[in-house]
Amino acid sequence: MFNFSTQALFGQLLVGLINGSFYAILSLGLAIIFGLLNIVNFSHGALYMMGAFMAYFGLTFLGIGYWPALILSPLIVGVFGVVIEVLLLRRLKGLDHLYGLLLTFGLALIIEGLFRNAYGVSGQSYPVPDLLQGGLNLGFMFLPYYRGWVIVAALTVCFAVWFIIERTKLGAYLRAGTENAAIAQALGINVPMLTTLTYGLGVALAAFAGVLAAPIFQVNPVMGSDIVIVVFAVVVIGGMGSIMGSIISGVSLGIIEGFTRLIYPEASAVVIFVIMAIVLLVRPAGLFGKAA
Amino acid sequence: MAMTTMTAPDAVRRVDYRAFLGFAALLVAGGLGPLFLYPTFLMKVWCFALFACAFNLLLGYGGLLSFGHAAFFGGAAYICGHVVKEWGWPPELGLLAGMASAALLGFVIGALAIRRAGIYFAMITLALAQMVYFLCLQLNFTGGENGLQGVPRGRLFGIINLSDNLTMYYVVFAIFFLGLLAIYRTVHSPFGQILKAIRENEPRAISLGFDVGYYKLSAFVMSAALSGLAGSAKALTFQLASLADAHWHMSGEVVLMTLLGGVGTIFGPVIGAGVIVTLQNELADKVGPWVSVIIGSFFVICVLLFRRGIVGELGAWLGGKKPNGPPGGGH
Amino acid sequence: MLSKTVLLATVAGLALGGSAFAQAPQTVRIGVLTDLSGLYSDLSGQGSVSATKMAVDDFIAKEKPSFKVEVVSADHQNKADIAANKAREWFEKDGVDLVTDLVTSSTALAASKIAKEKNKIAIVNGAATTALTNKECNDVTIHYTYDTYSLANGTAGAVSSQPNGKTWYFLTADYAFGHALEADSAAVVVANGGKVLGTSRHPFPGSDFSAFLLKAQASGAQIIGLANAGTDTTNSIKQAAEFGITPKQSLAGLLVFITDINALGLKATQGMYLTEAFYWDLNDETRAWSKRFFDLNKKMPTMVQAGQYSSTYQYLLAVKKAGTNDTAKVMAAMKAATINDFFAKNGKIRDDGRMVHDMYLFQVKKPEESKAPWDYYKLVSTIPAEKAFQPLDKSTCPLIKK
Repeated sequence: MFNFSTQALFGQLLVGLINGSFYAILSLGLAIIFGLLNIVNFSHGALYMMGAFMAYFGLTFLGIGYWPALILSPLIVGVFGVVIEVLLLRRLKGLDHLYGLLLTFGLALIIEGLFRNAYGVSGQSYPVPDLLQGGLNLGFMFLPYYRGWVIVAALTVCFAVWFIIERTKLGAYLRAGTENAAIAQALGINVPMLTTLTYGLGVALAAFAGVLAAPIFQVNPVMGSDIVIVVFAVVVIGGMGSIMGSIISGVSLGIIEGFTRLIYPEASAVVIFVIMAIVLLVRPAGLFGKAA
Repeated sequence: MAMTTMTAPDAVRRVDYRAFLGFAALLVAGGLGPLFLYPTFLMKVWCFALFACAFNLLLGYGGLLSFGHAAFFGGAAYICGHVVKEWGWPPELGLLAGMASAALLGFVIGALAIRRAGIYFAMITLALAQMVYFLCLQLNFTGGENGLQGVPRGRLFGIINLSDNLTMYYVVFAIFFLGLLAIYRTVHSPFGQILKAIRENEPRAISLGFDVGYYKLSAFVMSAALSGLAGSAKALTFQLASLADAHWHMSGEVVLMTLLGGVGTIFGPVIGAGVIVTLQNELADKVGPWVSVIIGSFFVICVLLFRRGIVGELGAWLGGKKPNGPPGGGH
Repeated sequence: MLSKTVLLATVAGLALGGSAFAQAPQTVRIGVLTDLSGLYSDLSGQGSVSATKMAVDDFIAKEKPSFKVEVVSADHQNKADIAANKAREWFEKDGVDLVTDLVTSSTALAASKIAKEKNKIAIVNGAATTALTNKECNDVTIHYTYDTYSLANGTAGAVSSQPNGKTWYFLTADYAFGHALEADSAAVVVANGGKVLGTSRHPFPGSDFSAFLLKAQASGAQIIGLANAGTDTTNSIKQAAEFGITPKQSLAGLLVFITDINALGLKATQGMYLTEAFYWDLNDETRAWSKRFFDLNKKMPTMVQAGQYSSTYQYLLAVKKAGTNDTAKVMAAMKAATINDFFAKNGKIRDDGRMVHDMYLFQVKKPEESKAPWDYYKLVSTIPAEKAFQPLDKSTCPLIKK
């Protein structure tokens, strides 16, 4: 079982890190949304897919390239998220949080269904931007520049979001709203507005991940439907409310998954779920979560 | 299980005429159904109705939203199909084997999941069910994408020939009906009362000295076992078990059936299952690719406008007993 | 739904005996049971329904039959029970004689069983599993267009007989289907004097294949065999190009369709080997038919859709020849016929239900070689019918007497 070289080890760890960046950025979005809205956003995968599609639309119909899409696509999907929040999610206020899960599940089915009807399932190809064509020979592996960029971009955005939430005034409002919405409202914070924007931000993060993913994966309507479950598990492992927890566990689970692919590939599909079960046994609140 | 012993308090023992009417109506519908509707279609309705009722036992009365019930339904279908097809077990043992395996799986998943409540519970069940799905995909006996095909129906108790479609129909209906009765009895037993008490206010139930974990786990195992029974019955009906039944979409569908019919009502899930199965069958040749969009819209509409579901809204409209509220837990 | 009391009459009719329709038919009904919304809808789906209708229209125009032909279609949503239920309902209630298309293995097998039970015909074009003509075969099912054996065998056989196709590494979807594809191909590679250097089993469905591709790269194999399907295959191909694995090492797609190539584009797929039963640009006949299909559907046909047309036409011819829609007689007529149309030359339907015809090994063109949209393939070789499919003496179909 352990007949692999250090070369392969480094290669797999790097690949794991790339996947971990996706997990981190997706679980971060889920964690932010959960923190303030107490909603498990089941449509996260569908919105991730939408992000990728927006980039594809931009390129195909408007000639908008990758770099503007990296900003525009999250913006558009973020606005879409704001509309969803105002029109639908807001109506669930005061109800059991499970309804949020069910509503967003329904939304995911609708969004995916619509895209499938319009674009089929084979998907569309999105090219790697010219600037990042090619790659670097690291000795132990060939690292496509684009993959390197994914790590940098994802982690930068993750830490920027973390910084905004933990170190700025806006973030302080957000944390106050998360901690106790009623008191925050009484203190003059516009909590409904904050809630709407938070959902928009979380969704925009999903779309950002979608644009990052577009050149790597085939852009197709079902690209987000399975990843969302893995990300759920990542979030449970990290502890739902924790911003840093979701980033760290996202990255490290990607690496663990990569390592599993090396030593026992048959288990790589389930390793995250197994870890989740173990974490729940040892620390039910998640690695970084506060006890419920 | 010991929870259905006859020591119910007076309030419970009093005959609920509405429930009685409901069961009577079901008997009539089930008995005469094949005269008007297609038996195979109806069998599917009863299988899913039992599945949804089993799910509702957990959600409606225990306040626990499982998003992984497909694991029990689909997993049991495979076990039942395998023992009947490959080992030549008679159908009654096949049903029992499916049910027992689902109960066992329910014990393992439930024991892990009840460590958390509300949304966490939902996500944990979802993730663990996904593991079961991967097992179903990879294990050799499930036949992967082909599914387990050509499961013989055999003879029930060695005498009743199930290959006759109408005979099979009444057996499936009986399974459903008995399952529903068991759920009804459970809900109205002291066990069910305690379960509801936990749903309404868990800390209070703990302070009253109830072992909350035990009750939740028991409800989970029972719900899983009945879901397994439904899955096994479906495997015999259609003579196959396939991956779709273990996929998380199926978990979502059973949530919708329950929600649509009425969470926490005895008959709601039956109605919900009927509507969804009809939709899937009838829509199949009419709307083509729009099925998933329509199902998704149902979710959204139910959550926004009809949270009590068809039966719940009907009950409220008739001004009768207040239907059970939304699932508890959450906060 | 009360109108369904008609059912009573139908049930009574069936009880009197299955051969009630043995007379010359008034109307022949064809049920296209396919995936209209899911993963396989590009491969078959609406295009298959369209191809069926084309076949019916052409048949009526050319053969002027004494009977009418109706086409119904339904979305089985890739669920075996819905497929079984729908097929049963069609056979029992709606007087459907033939259920066809049947994409995905589980639905095809389920519908084939119902056809057997109801003594009606099933013609499978969409599904790939060889189980249909082996363990699970029956005398009312025809597997028409292709199967996993013909694709894997065709690609692996042709590639490994070339000097630069001797060492292989497999990227295999980790479930029964992937394992079968890998085993079929590996056997041919070894038989041709090649070597299998290793295998990576990846989870299904996967999305990131770079880890497995790196292993394949490290193995130094000349050919990386993709024993997977659908988005798994497209993502593997895309990422192989990204990591600079292709074109240094070549890919061999064991279950790749023209829709996949169209989705990926030639830049990522160039140089890849694959086997298909049909390509629109083979000759004048295929071009003429495909153009008609294109005008209706705005995309070129897949082999499944072309096979759907061909098999429907053949079925109707057999009904006309037999003068009845009686299952046994129509099946006999179909098996007696030699199929010659734009899709197949000298095609024959064997006793195990396998339609054998030539298959084609293609190589994907370089972007600069492609002159028009859908101009994707170079024909490398034609695999003759007798070599393209699993030999009859290897079949485990109980209908085959040995």
